[in-house]
Amino acid sequence: MNIAVAADHFDAESLPRASEAGPAPKRVVVAYGFWIFLLSDIVMFSALFAGYAVLMHATAGGSTGAELFNQVSVAMETACLLASSYTCGLMSLAINSQRRHATYLGAVFTFALGAAFLALEIREFASMVALGATPERSAFLSAFFTLVGCHGLHVGIGLLWLTIMMAQLAIQGFRPIVERRLLCFSLFWHALDIIWVGLFTVVYLMGVSS
Amino acid sequence: MNLLGKLDWSAIPFNQPIIMGASGFMILGVVFVLALITFKGYWPYLWREWLTSVDHKRIGVMYCVLALVMMLRGFADAIMMRAQQAVAAGGAHGYLPPEHFDQIFSAHGTIMIFFMAMPFMIGLMNFAVPLQLGVRDVAFPTLNSVSLWLTASGILLVNISLVVGEFAKTGWVAYPPLSELQFSPGVGVDYYLWALQISGIGTLMTGINFVATILKMRAPGMGYMRMPVFCWTALATNLLIVAAFPVLTATFAMLLLDRYLGFHFFTLAGQGNQMMYVSLFWVWGHPEVYILVLPAFGIFSEVISTFSGKALFGYRSMVAATMAICILSFLVWLHHFFTMGATADVNGFFGVMTMIIAVPTGVKVFNWLFTMYGGRVRFTVPVLWSLGFMVTFVIGGMTGVLMAVPPADFQVHNSLFLVAHFHNVIIGGVVFGAMAGYNYWFPKAFGFRLDERWGRASFWCWLIGFYIAFMPLYVLGLMGMTRRMQHYDNLSWQPWLVAAAVGALVILAGIVCQIVQLIVSIRTREKHRDVTGDPWNGRTLEWSTASPPPAWNFAVLPHVTERDSYWSRKRSAKANAPATPRKYEPIEMPRNSPTGFINAFFAVVTGFALIWHIWWMAALGVFGALVTILFFTFRQQEEVEISAEQLAQFDRAHHTEVAI
Repeated sequence: MNIAVAADHFDAESLPRASEAGPAPKRVVVAYGFWIFLLSDIVMFSALFAGYAVLMHATAGGSTGAELFNQVSVAMETACLLASSYTCGLMSLAINSQRRHATYLGAVFTFALGAAFLALEIREFASMVALGATPERSAFLSAFFTLVGCHGLHVGIGLLWLTIMMAQLAIQGFRPIVERRLLCFSLFWHALDIIWVGLFTVVYLMGVSS
Repeated sequence: MNLLGKLDWSAIPFNQPIIMGASGFMILGVVFVLALITFKGYWPYLWREWLTSVDHKRIGVMYCVLALVMMLRGFADAIMMRAQQAVAAGGAHGYLPPEHFDQIFSAHGTIMIFFMAMPFMIGLMNFAVPLQLGVRDVAFPTLNSVSLWLTASGILLVNISLVVGEFAKTGWVAYPPLSELQFSPGVGVDYYLWALQISGIGTLMTGINFVATILKMRAPGMGYMRMPVFCWTALATNLLIVAAFPVLTATFAMLLLDRYLGFHFFTLAGQGNQMMYVSLFWVWGHPEVYILVLPAFGIFSEVISTFSGKALFGYRSMVAATMAICILSFLVWLHHFFTMGATADVNGFFGVMTMIIAVPTGVKVFNWLFTMYGGRVRFTVPVLWSLGFMVTFVIGGMTGVLMAVPPADFQVHNSLFLVAHFHNVIIGGVVFGAMAGYNYWFPKAFGFRLDERWGRASFWCWLIGFYIAFMPLYVLGLMGMTRRMQHYDNLSWQPWLVAAAVGALVILAGIVCQIVQLIVSIRTREKHRDVTGDPWNGRTLEWSTASPPPAWNFAVLPHVTERDSYWSRKRSAKANAPATPRKYEPIEMPRNSPTGFINAFFAVVTGFALIWHIWWMAALGVFGALVTILFFTFRQQEEVEISAEQLAQFDRAHHTEVAI
């Protein structure tokens, strides 16, 4: 979101090409670097996805995905996460126009929805463990808990980050560095959505259909 | 519950004289250095100017120092292995028991790849890339310092394993099921995994940092096709780091979950899949060899072009070849395990891809040769390393193509032929490249040249020693000797292994020459002093500033109008024409920060605690790291201003910076 190139730092007409314009403004560099981090994070998830795909049917006589997955719960998780992305977008708009209270409001909703997602996921995990479907049971369950758990861990880190950012905003106000960090946070939060969409498809939809 | 987890006095191998001797030697060395620093009162200076520095040049130098020290450690392992194999034939069992020998070859591989070759290349990139791009620092200077110190944390953990506990006995690839808890219940594999996870995070952040730097922070006018080739190869390398290292992190995370929480990714029980580890490992591992060698290619390009006094032949084809290798490197990983038993079609595909990747590499070799052709070549030490590389690397490349044929690979898989091949390309490519870069950029970093005579001696010892040490290994591989043998019964192998040991001694002489070269150069530095900032008649922007460069590199950012811009400016500048007065403006430089160093301290604490299952200490370490980072993010002032007067004063003192 809001990765428009800040074009106020250089005179575009005096230079023939964008690649020759000299060092980019800090906001661009930071967002760009964070994009690359997100790509690397997605590569890490792709390895976990690959592991899951390989071990999907290695149930070692234990429960399969079709037996374990609760579609309703997963649908609620998805709704929470996608809605939190929407409120995160609203928060970004508030930051752009430097409206402090609207930003807090957006952050509270984003946090609440993210926390709800996490709570539902933990509940799902707990119910599976109660059925004896622990990660120690089979390679399939190891891969499942790792892949989904890693996404959940990211959401948890995101919540912590959001809290810290709100503290920074309260203490330091809309400093450029705080705004850049909030920009990175929103990128992170949306990337988690993208990963969830892949996860929802590969793990839950395909897991139930097979 | 035991407060110290698995840790007790039995962790220290008191009954093993060799290990205790080596540990004692290492500890004495560290104590001596620390005592010297304390005695001379260098701590405040070190802390202020180096340990907390976020200057890319200083960080680069520190990476190279780490790499050089670890080269000694890794080489000590190598010479122990060569000595063992030279004597342990027939009934003789040598001086190293199997469990110790296994740790040595694992440590040798791990250290040389992760803690020698990688830091050396990253160090040279750190030093040279921002200077070549004509900018003042990397995109994220503090992150850069965090990366450096995380690498140092990994190094420290590996070296602690020598004294406390053990290292992995699995080889540097740590394949399961051998590396699983069932077969490796000790802490060795955990040392391996945590050291590489911690340093791997550092490497990944370096990758992100440099991709952002190269793509977003170049001097005005420096379009992509005007970047020095070293910057291009650095870009390719860092793209590979960003795309490959997360896979390693994920793979090691899976193995860690298996070992710590009873998961079943790669175990024999629970339908784990061992070959998945091998596959994922090499999805990282093959790009890794290009992560190492591509910067070396860049260094050779700079060296050959500078010392031939000519622009690089085929710049565009060099760039295209670099980026082609960058992509193709992800399409060949299966050639590390043709013997897995995939179908002929799969093996055939990866065999053909492996042969194809030799094509862009061949393009590069011809480009270097044509650059020298018709040039007035100055045979300095960096050029000697480059020439040694061209011959040696081509031989190594050809044996690689030979093994790309799956049926041939079945014969030599995991034999000494393979060991000879990858040493041939890694020593001949990466180490020679690192040495060329070290000799080439040393005067830029310190303001004086390295001694030529000792440099030459070192080169010839390395080159000759390399051939004596590794050519016999090709023969042994074809004779059927597999790698990692603690002893063997076939007496006809022994003469070749003795020859290899002699070769290792010649390389040792080369290393000694290098140390002498450094000492001699420092002692006679006034004789080797370079006041021009441009000792080699260089072509790229790093030679346009003072040696050593000021913290801000360039008082005024250079304006680039073509490739090799410094060279063309020198040629077009009228002799003794008065430089046009420059307009100085105050600039902002990032403030030094102890974040990286303190964070690394907590990383070591966490890693050590996790290895020994000291959970409270691990929690404390993670908490400490978190607080450190929080502290950093809440600081009020990120930058220090350097006034125009300061800039002008420096430039008057060093009237070097040619107006560009």
